[in-house]
Amino acid sequence: MAERSFKAEVQHLRKGEGDTFTGEGILAITKALLENGVGYVGGYQGAPISHLMDVLADAQDLLGELGVRFEANANEAAAAAMLAASVHYPIRGAVTFKGPVGVNVASDALANLSSSGVTGGALIILGEDYGEGSSIMQERSHAFAMKSQFWLLDPRPNLPSIVKAVGDGFALSEASNSPVMLMVRIRSCHVTGSFPTRNNQRPKETVREALSNPRSDFARVVLPPMSYVHEQDKVKNRWPAAEKFILDNRLNEMFGNGGKVGIVCQGGMYNGVIRALQRLGLADIHGATQVPIYCLNVTYPLIAKEFLCFAEGKEHILVVEEGQPEFIEQTLATYLYRAESRVRLHGKDILPMAGEYTGAVMLQGLEAFLRKAAPDMLPATVRAPNMDRPAVPDLTKTVPIRPPGFCTGCPERPIFAAMKLVQKDLGKHQISADIGCHLFGSLPPFEIGGATMGFGLGPAANGAFDGGGEKRPISIIGDGGFWHSGLSSSMTNMVYNKSDGVVMVVDNFYTAATGGQDVMSSRAENATKATQHPIAKAMQGVGVEWVRQVDRTYDVPKLRKVLHEALTTDAKGPKVIIASSECMLNKQRREKPLRQQAIKEGRRVEAPRFGVDEDVCTGDHACMRLSGCPSLSLKVLDDPLRDDPVAAIDHTCVGCGNCGEVADAAVLCPSFYRADVVHNPGPVERWWAGVRGRIITWLQARRAARRLEFGA
Amino acid sequence: MTLHEALEPRHTDPALGQIIKLAVLAVGGQGGGVLTGWIEDLARANGYACQATSVAGVAQRTGATVYYIEMCPASDREPVFSLMPAAGDVDIMIAAELMEAGRSIIRGFVTPDRTTLIASTHRALAVSEKMVPGDGIANAAEVLAAAEVAAQRFIAADFDAVAARNGSVISATLFGALAASQSLPFGRAAFEDAIRAGGKGVEPSLRAFAAGFDAALAGVTVAAPSKPVPPPAADAPRGPAALLRDWEALTGRGNALPGAAAEMAKAGLRKVVTFQDIAYGAEYMARLEGIAARDRAPFDLTREAAKYIANAMSYDDVIRVADLKTRGQRFDRIKGEMGVKDPQLLHLTEFMHPRAEEIAGMLPRAMGARVQASPVWMARLDRWFNKGRRIRTDGLFAFGLLYLLGGMKGWRRRTLRHAEEMAHLDQWLARAMGYLDTNYALAVEVIRCRRLIKGYSDTHARGLSKFDRVMEGIALVAARDDAADWARRLREAALQDEEGKALDGALATIRSFA
Repeated sequence: MAERSFKAEVQHLRKGEGDTFTGEGILAITKALLENGVGYVGGYQGAPISHLMDVLADAQDLLGELGVRFEANANEAAAAAMLAASVHYPIRGAVTFKGPVGVNVASDALANLSSSGVTGGALIILGEDYGEGSSIMQERSHAFAMKSQFWLLDPRPNLPSIVKAVGDGFALSEASNSPVMLMVRIRSCHVTGSFPTRNNQRPKETVREALSNPRSDFARVVLPPMSYVHEQDKVKNRWPAAEKFILDNRLNEMFGNGGKVGIVCQGGMYNGVIRALQRLGLADIHGATQVPIYCLNVTYPLIAKEFLCFAEGKEHILVVEEGQPEFIEQTLATYLYRAESRVRLHGKDILPMAGEYTGAVMLQGLEAFLRKAAPDMLPATVRAPNMDRPAVPDLTKTVPIRPPGFCTGCPERPIFAAMKLVQKDLGKHQISADIGCHLFGSLPPFEIGGATMGFGLGPAANGAFDGGGEKRPISIIGDGGFWHSGLSSSMTNMVYNKSDGVVMVVDNFYTAATGGQDVMSSRAENATKATQHPIAKAMQGVGVEWVRQVDRTYDVPKLRKVLHEALTTDAKGPKVIIASSECMLNKQRREKPLRQQAIKEGRRVEAPRFGVDEDVCTGDHACMRLSGCPSLSLKVLDDPLRDDPVAAIDHTCVGCGNCGEVADAAVLCPSFYRADVVHNPGPVERWWAGVRGRIITWLQARRAARRLEFGA
Repeated sequence: MTLHEALEPRHTDPALGQIIKLAVLAVGGQGGGVLTGWIEDLARANGYACQATSVAGVAQRTGATVYYIEMCPASDREPVFSLMPAAGDVDIMIAAELMEAGRSIIRGFVTPDRTTLIASTHRALAVSEKMVPGDGIANAAEVLAAAEVAAQRFIAADFDAVAARNGSVISATLFGALAASQSLPFGRAAFEDAIRAGGKGVEPSLRAFAAGFDAALAGVTVAAPSKPVPPPAADAPRGPAALLRDWEALTGRGNALPGAAAEMAKAGLRKVVTFQDIAYGAEYMARLEGIAARDRAPFDLTREAAKYIANAMSYDDVIRVADLKTRGQRFDRIKGEMGVKDPQLLHLTEFMHPRAEEIAGMLPRAMGARVQASPVWMARLDRWFNKGRRIRTDGLFAFGLLYLLGGMKGWRRRTLRHAEEMAHLDQWLARAMGYLDTNYALAVEVIRCRRLIKGYSDTHARGLSKFDRVMEGIALVAARDDAADWARRLREAALQDEEGKALDGALATIRSFA
């Protein structure tokens, strides 16, 4: 089950005509899909659209009532391939994943789909993971639309606009027989607001009905000579149809009019542009602007006619286009050139080529543009700013960076502790990492893994070292990555090439980094999905002979021994260690309420927590360098004899055991102890504990009476 | 460029001033989303249009995360809000941790013309702060000082501790502080209604809300979690009358020490007497008096010697650990910390990993030295003893074992470990005193280098090796006027990282000119 439950929110999806929906952008998109008669939905989780998958999973009752099929696809390629149902059947389909990494994975299917063309509306809802909060390489998904000729929507970031874009997207897709990608940025996915709801629509034809009336047409198959025809069809028919639809339905918007300057922006940039204009005194609270704006809710294709109409009579135009390269600016420049226009086009000459367009960047950029193009428009305070601010001390050297890391009690921490210890014995090894929470292992204090090539590609990224050498290459892969593509791309690659490498499978029962969705090997029962397929069986199935399953990752000495063996055994072929323990975040969410309930009902419960004896701890922090757990921190002692802070464990400790295991495995120190508080002990247990306690107290008092004792 | 009359610059829309911009900077897992939800509900329930955004994703796994809210009085037309905070344009900044408050200042979200900064002064240490072998904790005082300058209003308290005391989490206390700041145009009751409307854990949240409200109003002193002041008076010991008389005599000698050394010696005496006995305390005092006799004002040498000789004499051997683990005070402390209440029981598991070195160290000096020199014997001891042992000190067997070990103080002075520790201590003191006549400051710095020796097993060995290398480096520059400065630099470098890379760098620098 996913980290966040949307069972309560799903009720809002039932709202109908005359109601108002208030909530997050991602939920609004789900509602809009239902209002537009979608016939099947799917996708692959990943920030910022994970919640869309979680909402769909939680809304399966409603989807079933409407005859909508929901598929939790194996990966983005599978999701995009599913849109094939819209090629021949007039069924609307929508899939979601993150961009650009999801589009990378999906691009094969997307290219084929675009070539074939669609009959029913095919919508890809893309969470563009760019800028602050992003967890991936900084690129644009825009190029994929350009290379395959599907259309790209980038609506203004408010709920009514996003909801409208869903309906527009389906209609545009059907009008132009092309897939449409609806792009929402990180903050648009999580932006809150309201929109008036409409009744949900059953699909005109359900996928079940389609199965009863199968269709095919070899003209849609991507094979010569049809593939040549597809290309001509794209350019001669589908593209003009799309342009006509966009113009007729005024998908792009114009704000303000007149004047010699103007701004062209992506829909997603609109609020940022308005805020900058507001701060310059050139727009009011409702967005009424003195600088005309041509807002591109469709960023591909760009409509020359519409743009030239906007440019008419203007001297300077600024293109606000986030990310690089500047595809939109280049195209608009071409349009102006072909039209022999004398309008000066600005963009990346004023705004930065790379990086997020934050409030400060936007304000500086627009101010610089207006200073150049229309200085009289700027208010006096901007033209001659009164710089009289007190100097704030520079804290950049004081404040430590805080990258994401393993949660309290994370079962992956001991895996990396074991790997660090093995490297202390056997020396540094070549280690390739994968995508997932385990990638945090590449950060201090572990610093394990030097590169990551993509989801499920950890072992494949060690391909060049498959031949082996004096030391074996090690690669890491998570259970999420393994099922996403790792089984074929990484494992069969290793087996087939007779790799000598070692693979550490980090199995935490979920795709944990994306919010704890189930995977094939999840231990949980899932009413609608088939879980409990062991990774070890799959490994053996593709011919891995050396497989070791470690079922409690917190057993650092054992993991260390197994890894040591994997690195030194004479066995041929890939050496695979599957280290399995449940994601602590999910485990706590599941078990904590049950435990509290049990305590309340008077049942016996042991609640473990760790502690540190501060007199025994010498403040050397060796444990920190093998942990990094948020609950294991430092404490400054009230003792003039001590220079360095000592280790301390706070009340957030979940008693996972890593501290004690690591102290043992690395022979650190005897400072750690585990305290198990026994709730509701039985009478015999209480009696025996009383006897023990009295003897111990007597011994303690006896010794205390014979020596000096200080302190409370 | 003069044809702009149609677009004469107008004054800023006065309605823009009604937009309230609020940002929350939190550490992933602190409940920033809950706080944001409450603020949103509060605004909407009170006739405001409101928009919230957040940056989710992996940052929520213990990383720094931002939530952002804008609101203004609702009208029939929708306002256009921004989706992210802009430098210089934030009215209320809530920082759920002190360094995050620092980060908000760095990012320009706190400006003197408009920003109310509400910050929790507690620290959630970053990994980079915890890893350092020495003291890597960031300077809180710098952030607090900067906040005073950068913010128009600065409201600070340990809202995390306040929340914990009230059985809730920091989102509730911060919400209380926000209400108390009166920076939003809503009364206290409206805030409480928002918590009730949320529907989850209402009672504890309301309690924590009220406590946070009061804490913010009280303007709790901004107590930086820095080095606390040592307690004013040493607490009196308990014990047999004869020992107490001896103790009085010893403390009398301690008080006779010059300057600040007396206060330090008091703490030192407590430590060595706890470690061994009164006679050992007398030895400590004799060493100190010997040093004081050769010291001069301001008696830094004696003070530092009082500190580090006490630490050196109270080395971490098996007997000390066993004694500390079996004391009644410890059992009481743990029960208190874990909140054990009748009829709950406490099980206590210790993680011990003895090695051959510890066993050999416990043997009589000569015998221990022979065993330690014999690889065969060491391998044998490792085979017998070297194993992780988890023992239950609430059980009679394990407690009894540790109790017996902890009672072996009479044996301790005969052991190999004691002989080694004393030899090392004498050597170190002799080296420091050797510098005394030529370079007073250097002698003090050499005394302070004892700080490098800490930890157990490998960590301890690494500390010793760093200590030796620092001593070698000091010997190279001992004749220079700035030798003390170099000694300090070498020591600080040795405390920066585990492997001693910084120390290697500093030594290389010294070798380049010495």
